[in-house]
Amino acid sequence: MALDISAIRGQFPILDSGLIYLDNAATAQKPQIVINAIKEFYETKNANVHRGMHGLAEQATVAYENARIAVQKFINSAHTEEIIFTKGCTESINIVANGFIHPDDHIILSILEHHSNIVPWMTKKAELHWIDIDDAGNLNIKDFEKILTKEKIKLVAITGQSNVLGTRPPLKDIIQKAHAAGARVFVDAAQLIAHHQINVQELDCDFLSFSGHKLYGPTGVGVLYGKRELLEKMPPFIGGGMMIKEVTLTGFTPADIPQKFEGGTPPIAQAIGLNAAIDWLAQFNWKDVEEHEHNLINHAIQTMNQIDGLIILPSCHGEKKIAQDDTERSGCLSFIIEGIHPHDLTDILGEHGICLRAGHHCTMPLHKRLEIPASTRVSFGIYNTKEEIDILSDAIERARHIIQGNSKSYKLKAIS
Amino acid sequence: MDLYAENILDHYRHPRHKSPLPKEALPPEGGDKEGGDRIFITHSESNPACGDELQIRFDIKDDHIHNIHWDGTGCAISQAAMSMLAEEFENISIDYAVALTPKHIFDLLGVPISPRRLKCSLLGLHALKNALHTYHKEPLQTWTETISEDQ
Repeated sequence: MALDISAIRGQFPILDSGLIYLDNAATAQKPQIVINAIKEFYETKNANVHRGMHGLAEQATVAYENARIAVQKFINSAHTEEIIFTKGCTESINIVANGFIHPDDHIILSILEHHSNIVPWMTKKAELHWIDIDDAGNLNIKDFEKILTKEKIKLVAITGQSNVLGTRPPLKDIIQKAHAAGARVFVDAAQLIAHHQINVQELDCDFLSFSGHKLYGPTGVGVLYGKRELLEKMPPFIGGGMMIKEVTLTGFTPADIPQKFEGGTPPIAQAIGLNAAIDWLAQFNWKDVEEHEHNLINHAIQTMNQIDGLIILPSCHGEKKIAQDDTERSGCLSFIIEGIHPHDLTDILGEHGICLRAGHHCTMPLHKRLEIPASTRVSFGIYNTKEEIDILSDAIERARHIIQGNSKSYKLKAIS
Repeated sequence: MDLYAENILDHYRHPRHKSPLPKEALPPEGGDKEGGDRIFITHSESNPACGDELQIRFDIKDDHIHNIHWDGTGCAISQAAMSMLAEEFENISIDYAVALTPKHIFDLLGVPISPRRLKCSLLGLHALKNALHTYHKEPLQTWTETISEDQ
């Protein structure tokens, strides 16, 4: 059954003003039910968790732990304690880097990765091996296989979906091959999480992380999933309250998972908000969500390919435009327009109430690989419509007119 | 008032004092004696987050700045502000240049600059200030210092 987009939009107060929000890869908007859940928690249940004997503390603890169960079911992990609440996807990755990686360990990354799935491994002084992409932006799996045979790889850290190109690495294939070579796999699901169903047991990934705020939930809460036997062997990340069993004058014993990785007061209201977002999303069939967003992205590719001088990445030098029906893409696409800097473009679009992101989108290695300093990204959410994409295309034409003026013969220096 | 006012776009489309100089023709960053009492200064600054890059070059003679030239890539605001700065502040004294503030640049642009475009509009000023620091053999100033100089 097709989604009732108009009814869905009606649940997002921020969209009431007619805002065209196409920056969902940065953060998604929140439905009223999520906002209400957080408000209700503060109004009726607010207390710290796992600390008090009073009834209110118990209510807060139950609500917080119920959120953990909701996440467990959402990604189908085998055990509740495999779900760790963090402040966001970035902290989740840092927990793995801190606890699983030693200096000089070999890690495979892809050129598609977000800085948050690059820098944590660098801080641990791991040796990095990079998988490149082909002309269509898909991972070069032959590269990957070659590195696996040449080096003793500890971990493959890979995105589930590019936050720039929208391409999706073949996770199952990568995980099987990595395991066969004795390597573990970490999946950065920051982008994937809001667009496709994830089943960690079926994928058989060893770690997976995401943030609540890209999933129509609040900021300040993220999730780290890890296989129980791996998490149990890892040292804690942040020291403090909650993450200990016992503290003496000379040392401490860490708590069991998941508390071992949740030092300090956790994001309680945010976890409860995330629970509400997951419940809200569960009312839709994943197939319907995927179909709607697939239609949106194809419509965007089709419409934007008509714009003179606009080039959808990764075809960044004009020699080739990407296919109209690109089933591999999901969530977003990015583009450049010859002679218009993405910041000028998005500033003007913003004046028209259209929100797009410009810059390197925290993927400097990918932009360097594509030989461009910056790009403009259109990223989709469940509430976006084809009409919004048409309005965007018109606005891009108008912005081009403003920046470049009337003279068609005048060509500005291309972004280089 | 519109950020993309005609005067800004005019400078962006037809930048003043902009000329590329091959890398090999450039003296090292900082000062370089060119003979006599004329000193050639070059300095580059960038906003990596945007991909904006500017390189500023000028001569110093009799405590004045002469022959300002620049090259770079970036958004309309960064490029236009640099063009305006080069045009307006040719032949000023070093003391005057050292005392320039963001307000001078905002006045040249003639439109309100929102926080998100602050670094775009001030990249040229930042490059000029740090070029002068290299001339004076002083440590470079930070972005926070450049932005807060008129407060």
